[in-house]
Amino acid sequence: MNAHVNPPSVPPNAPVVALRNVHKSFGSLKVLDGVSFTVGRGEVTVLIGRSGSGKSTALRCIDRFETIDGGEIEVCGRRVDDAGLDVRALRQDVGIVFQSYNLFPHLTIEENITLAPHAVKKVPKAEARALAAKVLAQVGLEEKLHAYPEQLSGGQQQRAAIARSLAMQPKVMLFDEVTSALDPELTGEVLKVIEALAAEGMTMVLVTHEMSFARGIADQVVFMHKGKVHEAGPAGILSSPSTPELAQFVGTGF
Amino acid sequence: MGLVLDFSVVLDRWQALLDGATLTLQLAFIAVVCGAAIGVFGAIGRRGGNVLVERLCGAYVEAIRNTPLLVQIFLVYFGLSSLGLQFSAFTVAAVALTINVGAYTTEIMRAGFDSIHKGQIEAAEGLGLSRAQIYWHVIIWPGIERVYPALTSQFVLLMLASSVTSQISAEELTAVANYIQSETYRSFETYIVVALIYVALSFIMRFGFWLLGLALFPRRRRLGTPL
Repeated sequence: MNAHVNPPSVPPNAPVVALRNVHKSFGSLKVLDGVSFTVGRGEVTVLIGRSGSGKSTALRCIDRFETIDGGEIEVCGRRVDDAGLDVRALRQDVGIVFQSYNLFPHLTIEENITLAPHAVKKVPKAEARALAAKVLAQVGLEEKLHAYPEQLSGGQQQRAAIARSLAMQPKVMLFDEVTSALDPELTGEVLKVIEALAAEGMTMVLVTHEMSFARGIADQVVFMHKGKVHEAGPAGILSSPSTPELAQFVGTGF
Repeated sequence: MGLVLDFSVVLDRWQALLDGATLTLQLAFIAVVCGAAIGVFGAIGRRGGNVLVERLCGAYVEAIRNTPLLVQIFLVYFGLSSLGLQFSAFTVAAVALTINVGAYTTEIMRAGFDSIHKGQIEAAEGLGLSRAQIYWHVIIWPGIERVYPALTSQFVLLMLASSVTSQISAEELTAVANYIQSETYRSFETYIVVALIYVALSFIMRFGFWLLGLALFPRRRRLGTPL
């Protein structure tokens, strides 16, 4: 079997996600200009930066929602930049949650959650339903099993979307500005769920504008500016930035 | 001049009218079922992937939408017989109506599939679903749900348009009417009765599609979500 299709046992100390000198342009617009960072097992990496700094694009490249023009990306032992990558296998290892929840509106919360385990991993229906109950309890929504997405608040929908990703038992979770569409109160309930996941040791990469949240949860902060990693380090860099750009970014709150 | 209407000679032939109405519904049923299947594949074909398939589906839709149904029926009728193939008028009518409604259904379904937000598809891709699974679970059913009223209208329209197949002597309702009025000389009465029967058939079809909608779209049933 091809090593990229079925990754060999990854050494325990190898990074779960590694970007090495990644370049990406949309037409003539350079979005990623030599981006490198690694995420170790159980680590939480927070990507911050202004709109247009490339942080969401970097995140999307990890799950092959964008293909890159240069450099390397390795996720769970797979080379994501490999043209022959088994994208569906990659996405079984990687969970992604979007700003706009994207729950399937015609399915109940339970059906939303059981769909992929049943269709992709061939988990029997009964087992998938048990799994749905478990992950919904994890996000505090066990009573919403049979509700439709439109019956839930934005915060609840986002938590359900997180549960849907968790049901695939990913090795790493990606969060793309998951609270940007929510008011402060609902933001809080979603962030709590993410904090609980971090406490359980889930490897995560988050793009967020919530600075105090980032400070509390991040093992590593990556500040992106004009398509480059401008400054990176432990959460402490948010309190004592060493570049004027990060100081200004943290100072203004955006 | 007083208008004197005498329906009795027309209504005496209720058995023929009932047979005609049944045949009309049968034609509509076959064309709707086959046309809906064509529509799903046609819409998927038109939405992309393969340029050749896209063009073929586009050409099919444009050919049907820009020619009269009656001409299409004659083309199938004479086309098949010039190939030496002999089919009953009913079969020819069913084939022609299917080809016709398949094109319109392709366009309506394409609109429905296109209306599914990109984020829905990305979410499904992110969960590792295959292209076929994404189509089935995330695009086809919600897409059809959105255009269901338009589909219903198109299918009722098809049933009414099937009256044109009387031109190739398919024994449907209008053909029966033509026959009755020539026999009874009560043309006005005949077509009044037939018009009312078409109204009844339309209502039956709309009711049937309403029930089908409840069965196909459980969220609508449970939440009363408008389409």
